Amino acid sequence: MMKKFPYYPGCTLKQYPKKFGIPSEESARALGLEMVEIPRWNCCGAVASLTADDMMHQVAPIRNLIRVQEMNDEGLVDNEYRLVVFCSMCFNTLKRANMMVKENEAALNTINEFMDREQDYKANVEVVHFLEILRDMGFYRLEDMIKKPLKGLKIAPYYGCNLLRPKEVGIDNPEAPTIMENFVEALGAEVIDNPLKSLCCGSYHTVGGHKDIVAERTYAIVNAARKAGADMMITACPLCAFNLDDRQALTKELHPEFQHMPVLYFTQILAFALGLEDKAGLEENYVDARPILREKGLMD
Amino acid sequence: MTRVVMLNDNSEAFTKKVNEMTNDMITLCEQCGICSTSCPVAEDMDIPPSEIMRLVQLGDEYVLETKAIWVCASCYTCTVRCPRGVDLSKVTEALRQINLRTNVNYLDIDNLDSEEVEELPAIALVSAMRKYTG
Repeated sequence: MMKKFPYYPGCTLKQYPKKFGIPSEESARALGLEMVEIPRWNCCGAVASLTADDMMHQVAPIRNLIRVQEMNDEGLVDNEYRLVVFCSMCFNTLKRANMMVKENEAALNTINEFMDREQDYKANVEVVHFLEILRDMGFYRLEDMIKKPLKGLKIAPYYGCNLLRPKEVGIDNPEAPTIMENFVEALGAEVIDNPLKSLCCGSYHTVGGHKDIVAERTYAIVNAARKAGADMMITACPLCAFNLDDRQALTKELHPEFQHMPVLYFTQILAFALGLEDKAGLEENYVDARPILREKGLMD
Repeated sequence: MTRVVMLNDNSEAFTKKVNEMTNDMITLCEQCGICSTSCPVAEDMDIPPSEIMRLVQLGDEYVLETKAIWVCASCYTCTVRCPRGVDLSKVTEALRQINLRTNVNYLDIDNLDSEEVEELPAIALVSAMRKYTG
């Protein structure tokens, strides 16, 4: 019996389905978790609105939470108000907007009045990251469901910002997180501790004139993982994934001695370990992870 | 470089405005400097985060012209480390917003290289537009 969850994909899982959407949805399915996509979801805004006098940018995230209420009303899910998100940026933005209206009744009323053609948001949804679902299910149970333990593979988790900070929003201790380490262990791989695992990658500076900020952060973060002995890195944030993987091209231009390292989305390696190799989208990354997987005897 | 802080009749109102936009973050700061030592992009800034706070406390609107407020990418590292509970990312956001609300964008969308835009994921473009444009 599949357990159904309301599911918010966000733009990146849909824009690059082979690399993000399919590995995420299919891994969940293999674990008995059905991700039921929110009908008519809209962009969350990607970044949380931080000023007290800006209600306008809270409307988009809250509208998605109203859809979760509707899904329950219409029986698409069965009394399930936990909204599952894979993208760290969507997670942070949706959760922060949700926290804001839960704490500020006047703001909730303002937003509800503004969206007069929607049902009122009753502030009853909980925004959760997929890693939290796995943790609550028990990583030991995930370990039991792994078809291809990643024996001998050294993986450095990379958290970035949005999974951990601010601490009211984060899914683990912001300074000493362990959730991704436990995830990597459950897959049968060896955990490599990267001291820069929660250093900001430069985020949206990847657009426009400050790309060097991102390329230099990528240089530091990937080199730290390499120095610690990692074969590859994983991340839960699609923008970090772009910056740390695709931006390695620019990093190499700035630092010719730089050595590339594969950076996978966390559900890509999960799908692979669940035996869904053809759903893992391993051909989609800028730095190909397949050579190291072959070297470790994990794929043909 | 030494800079003389110039206060004027608007200084108090400026501090008050930023304080309101940030849910009273400004007077909490005691200038310990842990934000500046924690900031992963401080080296790319013209003034460090703690100086942003000080200029706002004093009401010096020069802070609106600094590069630093645009370099802050809201990673919240300072936020989780501040012993006074200051969310400095709210302060830089407020300062960006004050600029953007005058209808001046920090990022010129029309002059972005179209080939480059093709390669960028939507998540990068949306977040950059949200932070750099009004």
